[in-house]
Amino acid sequence: MTFSKLYDTPATAVADIHDGATLLIGGTTRSGEPTALLAALLTIGVRDLTCICDFADWDGSEGILQLAQAERIARVISPFPFVGENGGVIHKQWRDGALAVEVIPQGTLAERLRAAGAGIGGVFTPVGLGTRLADGKETRTINGVECVLESPLRADFALIRADRADALGNLAYRGAQRGWNAVMAPAARITIAEVDTVGEPGAIDPELVITPGIYVNRVVYTPPTGDRG
Amino acid sequence: MTADKERLDRAIIAMRVARELPPGATVNLGIGIPTLVSMFVADDSIVFYHSESGVLNCGPLAEDGNEDIDLINAGGQFLEPVPGMAYFSSVDAFAMIRGGHVDVTILGAHQVSATGDLANWMLPDRGVGNIGGAMDLAAGAEKVIVAMEHNDRNGNPKVVQECSFPLTGKGCVSLVVTDVAVMEPTPDGMALREVAPGWSPDDVQSVTGARLIIPDTVAEYEV
Repeated sequence: MTFSKLYDTPATAVADIHDGATLLIGGTTRSGEPTALLAALLTIGVRDLTCICDFADWDGSEGILQLAQAERIARVISPFPFVGENGGVIHKQWRDGALAVEVIPQGTLAERLRAAGAGIGGVFTPVGLGTRLADGKETRTINGVECVLESPLRADFALIRADRADALGNLAYRGAQRGWNAVMAPAARITIAEVDTVGEPGAIDPELVITPGIYVNRVVYTPPTGDRG
Repeated sequence: MTADKERLDRAIIAMRVARELPPGATVNLGIGIPTLVSMFVADDSIVFYHSESGVLNCGPLAEDGNEDIDLINAGGQFLEPVPGMAYFSSVDAFAMIRGGHVDVTILGAHQVSATGDLANWMLPDRGVGNIGGAMDLAAGAEKVIVAMEHNDRNGNPKVVQECSFPLTGKGCVSLVVTDVAVMEPTPDGMALREVAPGWSPDDVQSVTGARLIIPDTVAEYEV
């Protein structure tokens, strides 16, 4: 018997995502969104999702937008929750009280995910001090620098995308795919990766593995479409 | 009233800011006027660009037909590949910023206060806004330069004594370049350094919310 993390379809890989789940969703603007996994999630009809992602409302992040349009999202944690000056669907739902939004600096998001994945109890950072984002948070002066305490941010599932995988879940990325996908992989209870190519163990040079398979529970091969979308 | 005097265009603002980039500097450009700055860095001045999308030493915006969906800047614009690029995760992208490894960032702003407070992520009448990497850059970059129009579309001053909009960072701005002046926030207030052609210091003061500190000689805006 051969050990493998490969799932046949996006639908089987996301089948146990439940109502009220907290999700990390990888990618930024047009690169690295787990489009097939998000489409499968839309089909199974789960709701009240908390979505943690870089750009929540951008014309390249269509999977998240479709979930929002179907009113499946209860909460968004994102550095870029809103589009343009007049706002998109997330802005409208937030204004109507249908959806909660937490705006978070990108670097704070990265460090909170890193803390969750590494079992660190929190991060002290000067970022956000003197702004409303520090309201109500513990502060401490460390080596003469005043810092605010940010807590780890952990999720039930991470939906990520990579360029290449092997059956053990080792991943390698292409360009900006790496940005958030590699940071989110360690920070969820179950991490599901959709990938453009998949091979036997050894298909990726161990020197070039970016996300070691220990962080990845499921891999789905999703051949790229014409525009890699 | 002097608001009808001719103001410099966005490209001239970017050109002026480009002069502030020391050779060899690692620079992060925000969205808007800051993005234009890369067009005006002298060919013989080597500057390295950092993008929050996870790429260092990236090239200028890509030529038509040369777009790569995975080679983009923080705003999703396509970049030209160049030798010597490096890709990294968002943890590294922001460690570079927060750890003080990025020398200069150029950002847009809604308001800058006399002592260098920055407000650029939220307009109060919208109730919400995007922070992106602005707070990280404001706190972590060695030097923060603001490039913006001097007044908003309704004519309100954006250089103010105290910010009324939600802050991005306190006391973080070291230079402000607008379409009418170059100014330097100091602990004592906003010091006027240069004026646009045809503008007197009093003209600039008349469209500025902060009380300007006007030295005996103020240079004309040089690009």
